[in-house]
Order: sequence, then C-alpha cells, then structure tokens
Amino acid sequence: MKRIAGTTLALLTLACFVLAQGTLSINGAGATFPYPIYSKWFDEYHKKFSTIQINYQSQGSGAGIKQVTEGTVDFGATDGPMNDEQLKAYRDKHGSGILHFPTVLGAVVPTYNISNVTSSLKFTPEALAGIYLGKITKWNDLAITGPNKGVSLPANDIVVVHRADGSGTTYCWTDYLSKISDEWKSKVGKGTSVNWPVGLGGKGNEGVMGVVKQTPNSIGYVELIYAIQNNTPFGDVRNSSGEFVKASLAGVSAAAEGAAKNMPDDFRVSITDAPGKIAYPISTFTWLLVPEKISDAAKRDALKGFLNWMMTDGQNYTEGLAYGKLPPPVVAKETKAIAKIQ
Amino acid sequence: MTSRLRWRKFVSGFMLTMTGVCALISVSVLFLILGYLVYHGGISISWNFFTKLPAPVGETGGGMANAIVGSGKMLLLATFIGVPIGFLGAIYLAEFSGATTAFVVRYAADLLNGAPSIVIGIFAYALVVLPFKHFSTLAGGFALGLMMIPITLRSTEEFLRAVPHPLREGAMALGASKWKTIATVIVPAAYRGILTAVLLAFARVAGETAPLLFTALGNSFWSRGWNQPTASLPAMIYTYALAPYDDWHRQAWAAGLVLLVLILVINIVARAILSRGIAVPRS
Amino acid sequence: MGTSFTSVPGAGPLVGGRSFLSRLRQGDEIARLITLMFAISVVLVTLLLVFELWQGSVLPRHKFGFNFFRTSVWDPIFDQFGALPFIYGTVVTAGVALLLAVPLGIGAAIFLAELAPTRVSDTLEFFIDLLAAVPSVIYGLLGVFIVVPVMRSYIQPALKNALGFLPLFQGPAFGVGFLTAGIVLAIMVIPYIISVSREVLLSVPRDQREAALSLGATRWESTWKVVVPFARAGIFGSIFLALARALGETIAVTMVIGNTPAISASLFSPGYSIAAVIANELTEATSNLHYQSLIELGLVLFLLTFILNGLARLLILATAQRGSEMGHV
Repeated sequence: MKRIAGTTLALLTLACFVLAQGTLSINGAGATFPYPIYSKWFDEYHKKFSTIQINYQSQGSGAGIKQVTEGTVDFGATDGPMNDEQLKAYRDKHGSGILHFPTVLGAVVPTYNISNVTSSLKFTPEALAGIYLGKITKWNDLAITGPNKGVSLPANDIVVVHRADGSGTTYCWTDYLSKISDEWKSKVGKGTSVNWPVGLGGKGNEGVMGVVKQTPNSIGYVELIYAIQNNTPFGDVRNSSGEFVKASLAGVSAAAEGAAKNMPDDFRVSITDAPGKIAYPISTFTWLLVPEKISDAAKRDALKGFLNWMMTDGQNYTEGLAYGKLPPPVVAKETKAIAKIQ
Repeated sequence: MTSRLRWRKFVSGFMLTMTGVCALISVSVLFLILGYLVYHGGISISWNFFTKLPAPVGETGGGMANAIVGSGKMLLLATFIGVPIGFLGAIYLAEFSGATTAFVVRYAADLLNGAPSIVIGIFAYALVVLPFKHFSTLAGGFALGLMMIPITLRSTEEFLRAVPHPLREGAMALGASKWKTIATVIVPAAYRGILTAVLLAFARVAGETAPLLFTALGNSFWSRGWNQPTASLPAMIYTYALAPYDDWHRQAWAAGLVLLVLILVINIVARAILSRGIAVPRS
Repeated sequence: MGTSFTSVPGAGPLVGGRSFLSRLRQGDEIARLITLMFAISVVLVTLLLVFELWQGSVLPRHKFGFNFFRTSVWDPIFDQFGALPFIYGTVVTAGVALLLAVPLGIGAAIFLAELAPTRVSDTLEFFIDLLAAVPSVIYGLLGVFIVVPVMRSYIQPALKNALGFLPLFQGPAFGVGFLTAGIVLAIMVIPYIISVSREVLLSVPRDQREAALSLGATRWESTWKVVVPFARAGIFGSIFLALARALGETIAVTMVIGNTPAISASLFSPGYSIAAVIANELTEATSNLHYQSLIELGLVLFLLTFILNGLARLLILATAQRGSEMGHV
C-alpha cells in the first residue's frame, strides 16, 4: 500500500515536470467586459497554435492594470484606459512604457429584472443618473414612466446593482454619467472604482448579471453580450441627438466613427455620449495592455502574432458575440503600432 | 406533589426536550447540506465534468478537469511543506525542547493557526507572487502549506507526548540513542494519531478558497509545471456560483459535491484510523 | 547521576556527562538540531507574517492614524479610506451569527453532554465534527442558491410584516445583506460551540450534579444552575472561538453580504466585511494607499482573531483546571 502510494506520488511529480516542456504559457488578467470574446479568441487561437496557451483571467479592469504594472501577468486588459498617473507608475517601475491596443467595441447596457416587463424600457440620461444617485427610488417614478407610456411599471423600490471590484465597465458607465449629469460628476466622479451612493455590489460583469437575474426589481449595467446570453431585457438610452437608441453593433460603430478618424497615437479615447443620430451613447473601446518591452522572445513573438490574428481573423468572431468590429482606420494604425513592442 | 414542584418538573422536561431539539437541528443541517449537494450536484456530474477543460464563456460542455488536477497539485505541495515542518517541529517540542522554546514555538503555531485564511493569502501574495512576478501553483501550495503547519505541529506533538514513558525508557535502557528511540519506537507508536492529524489538516486546506484568490489566480487551460497560475476546485465554485450562466451553476454544484465528498471521506477515514485504537493507550 | 561512564557506548541520557562530540557521533545532536531548525522555522514564518502586515500598512497608518477606524468613507478615486463600514459589517454579522448559534449550540451541547447516552452522544458529535469540516465555499454556494432566495421571498417579508416597526427590519428585501450573512455564519460556527462546550460540560465532576440532585433539584435545574455555571468559563471560551471563526470568514460572507460599504441600522441592508473587501479589492488596488489600507484591514483582523483565540484558550483551560482540581469522579 505504502509502496503504491509512494510510486504514484513520484510518477505524478515527474509528470508535472515532463508536461512542463513544450508549451508556451502566457498569462493575462483584466476586464470582464470582453471576457466572452477573449475566452473565445484564446480558445480558437490555441486550437490553431497548439503550443501557445494564452490564459486569460477575468478579474476586472482594475486588477488588469494593477497586475500588469506589478509584472505578475504578461498582459492586461481594461475598458477604462490607464490614466497618465498609472502610465507614469508603470514607466517608473519597468523603465519602459505600456501600450494600449483596442480590440473590440462594446456597449454597456442598463439591464433590469422587473416582473411582467419583458420589453425594452426607454431611459433618459436624467433617469439613469437619478437612479444611480439614489434620488429616483421607485420604478413608477415619473422620470422612468414618462418615456415609457404603455408599460405598467410597479411601485416597487429599485434595487440598484453596481460593480464591487475595479471595473472598466464602471469607468465607461461613470464616464457617461459624468458627461450627462453635473451632480454625478461632482458627487461621485468617474473611475474604475467609485464611492457609490446606493446599491449592491457584484463581482465582475458576471456577478452584476447574476445579481440582477436573481433579484426582482433590480437594475444593473453590463456589457451587451451578458444581457443577451442571459435573456434579460435591457433598455434603450437617449443619445445626445435626442433619439432613444437600443445598443447594437450599428449604434456602437456609429459612436466610434468620430474617434476612428481622429484616433490619438496611444489609442486612449472616450466615445461615450458621442454625436450622431444612431450612435449608442454608452459605448466604449476595450484595450489590451501590452508592455513595450518584452524580454522573453518567445512570448513577445506569440503576443505580436496574436495581436495580428486578433485584428484580422479574430474580428470575425465579434459580431456573433455582439461586439463591434474595430473600424478599419484603427486597425491600420494598430498594425503599425505592433512594431513598437520590442 | 405541590403545584410548584409540578411546574419545576414541567420546566425541566420542556427545557431538556428543547436541548434535544437544538441537537437535532444542528445535526440535521449537515444532512440538509449533503442532501442539497447530492441532489443538485448529482444531476450535474458528468463525464465531461471530470475530463474537459472549461469552455469559452456562454458555451456549454466544459468541465473542470484542470481544476481537479490543479487542486491536487497544490495540495501535494502543501503537504510537502506543511507535514515535514509540522512533524519534525513537533518531534523537537515533544522530545528535545526546553520549556521556554516550547512555549514560543507553540505560541507562534497558534498565531499562525488563528490567522484568517485571507491574511495568509495576503502573505503569500506579498512573499511569493510579487517577488517572483508570477501567480503560480507554487504560491497557492505555499499558502495552503502554511495553513497545514500548525495543525500538524500541535496534533503530532500531542500524540508523541501521549506515548507512555515506559516505552521510551525501555528503549533507552536497551541502549538506543535518543534519535533512534524516536525513529523506531515513539513515532511508530504514535503513527496512527500522526496520520490522522495529517489527514485532517489536508482535508481542512482542501476546501480553502480565500488564500488561492491572490496566489493561484486561475487558468482556463492545463497548468504546466509549478510556476503557472492554475485553476482549483474551490476557486471555480466561487467564480461559477456568482456568474449568471446556468451551465456554470450546474458545474458549481457538481464541483461542490466532489469537494465535499472528498473532504468528508478523508475526515471519516481519519477518525476511523484513530478509533481503531492507538497502538498505546493514552496516559 | 553525576558519575561519568564515558566508556559505555549507547547509554544515552540516563548516564550523565557525555561529551558533545560523542553525542554528535550518536546522531542525537544532529537530530536535535534538525528538528530545532524546523521548529524555529515556524516561529520565523509567523514573525515574518506579522512583519509583512505591519510594514505593508505603513502608509495608511501614518496618514490616517486612528482616524482610519472612525471614518466611513472608502473612496479610491479621492484616496480616502476609512475602515468603519467594514468593521461595522464584520461585527454585525458576527453578532447575528452568535445570537443564533449560541443558544442552539449550548442547548445541543447540554443535550449531548447531560442527556444523551454515550453512544448517541458520540455519534452525534461525529456528525457535528463533520459539519465543522465543510469548507466555506460550500456554505457560500448553498447561501447563494438556497438561503438568499428563501430570505428574499419568505423570511425577510415575514419579519418585515411582523416586526417592521423596528429599524432592524426595515428597508427593501434584497435577499443578501447582514442578516443573511449572519445566518450563514451561524451555521458555520455552531459546530465549534457544540464540540467545545460539550467537552467542558463533560469535564465537570460528577459529584457536582449528584449533589444538586440529592438536594432535590430537577435534572434541568441541576444542569442549568450547577453544571453550566461551573463550566461557564469554558463555554465562554467556545463562544470566543466561534467569534474568531466568524470574524475571519471570507468566502461565504462575500457571496451573501451584498458587497456595499454601508452602515445601516437595518439588518436587511447590504454591507461589507473586512475579509470580503480584502478578497474583492486586493488584486486591483492601484494606488499604494489603497493597497496598504487593505493590508491594514488584514492586520486589524489578524490582531482581533489572535486576541479572541488567546482568550478562548485561557478560558477553556481555566474550566479544565477547575474540574481537575475538584477531582474527577
């Protein structure tokens, strides 16, 4: 008995070392916003190149920024671009910079769980800000019922759900709220982690979706694909042109049009509340954070290879998962930027 | 019988029945837990669960094969760290040490034991993940191993001390040196208790999630070697339970069942070993 | 003793006064040194842990001082960190847990120690020990899928209807919150109360009970008025142990507490505990101050559990000694 146990132990340990050869493992962590498409991409890429394993952990944009700065992961991912302070911190720590690479376009939608309401409610910016500030507390408040004549909304309390972790989705949501509500801007501000006036916290887009799905009379903000995959209704939002727009690929691409033409070199741009008749107001790019200097040649080549694949073949998977493709001018600019990775 | 006595007798009967109810409630919780897990987990366990890697988000058909192996690797490492330190340290406490050193060591072990598992996680993150710049199986195993040390240490020490003196003295009278006495007489005499202690420590850390959050991180593929992040059963349960996908919920139940069965079996086996009779009666 | 028999090989410590070198040759000294090394490593690791926690929290300790424990704003954007909501949440959930677990646990312990025949008592104790072995994430799993919906749909509305005039039971019923976390924690700590209390009750000398009964007390009176007070210290010890466990519990709590740093009189309100906020925010705390504030929270938790565990041990020891002084019968 003891001998069997001993040999098994020895064999297992040996196996662990043997299996360690041959595969290149790259680790990344960050945004939950694009997790559905990233997990699809890395899975497909592994099928294509079986010796390259890109392990992506959906932890939230905040964790993505922090861990890539610490150097504990090879790349990060975020929907809230790193601010100048964070970029400087990275440069100070590593001696070289970090690059943002947009991957897809996405929409943040207000999704809700109200019994007997399966249609898309129309939300004005004031309604959304009021709900998240805690000033609008019941579903049958005028601000909500106003644009939604014909839908019977209950007199129940609104259960507000937000992110408990550092999130790029939060960044996009609060960026939008800061643009359309001065009160929000001064009271709460925008960021990946804010001091929420009200609400329950969920971990990750998945967590927020989970809480909304299980809590009656709740509202939360999630990336479009999460609402679709979970068959929960989500609302139309009124954009800066006065139109109530439902989140869609067309709406997101329209929001990115202006930015696509004038994309800054570091690709950090906000496209919330964009002008345009069909533009969806709560849209955002999401970025991969790749260090400028990667000392491991194999990893560097693998990452560069992936980035190229991502911008060509990878974009074919976006629409199936309700993410918007990168606009062609952005792709062209990015392809040139890949050369910066040394 | 006076009415006062009747009342006191009634109160006595009533309260004692209530204590019985308390005991019943407490024990039935265990069976409720088991019941729910068997029901929900049982219907979700499938061949896929044990053999497949996690599928991309939103797709079904994935499994937790890498999490099972990952947990296994980390527990193996934890045992290699926790057991030698606990065991050899306990030998020192029971056989060699003076009163002050013993007090200090025991005090430290108690401190370590009482540390909340999230604090151990912080420690492992600061000590292993940040300097090595890697989330890894190593870091996870280290955190779990830290938690195993005090349990193994204290229990082993108790069982070593319980070996009666006549056995020791007899060995020494026959001319054996101290270390030989320990190796050939005392430890074998206490081995059942020591094995129980190791098994119980193992079962305790097998279910720990918090220390793994900042150390092993997670992996959607097979984790090769010891320096890569790895999936683990408890962490997967945690992630999947909070997500909105029904398929993930089913997998979380299945994983919960597997984990619980593993832990309960180890506990039952450990206690059976112990009750089978320690080779020497406690003094 | 005292004479030297240096020429007798193998006659170890029974014979005094052998030289260091000969002891070394026998391997004893090597064994001693090796095992000492391992024993000391335990001390070193623990010291390192405390050191890391202390050093790792230097920024907020200097910046906020004791205000850290009095302010309730936790704002990563404006770099303001106050620990009050987390301390509040930790204390409230632990309090609710004890409120539920202590009566149940002591009741069950009394039953097991005083009433149940030995076989039944041992079997039930076996099951209780198994309950203690169930990992936290399993409790969290059951919490999320079973307890939270039940709380939201049945228990919270019922409490609101019956006792809604109390501020404790006001506010919307989310399902998650202080009360739910407290209930889950109560289930987790009951086994600790039961097994320790049962042991201390069993260690109360028989003549205490028999004296009470012979004076005309009923079974209950003898138990409640004589045996339990005798074991009081040990029972308090078990409560402190349970409290320590409840305070440090991370995963089960974060899954059912709502993850909102709120201080509210209502038990239905979502909240946050120290362990839960560390779990959620440590890997993403970008500013140094944020990160170190979380470490300081960890330090606080560590100190709290350390004190409670120490007190528990003393109290349990005190009861055991009292019992043995009186003499077991």
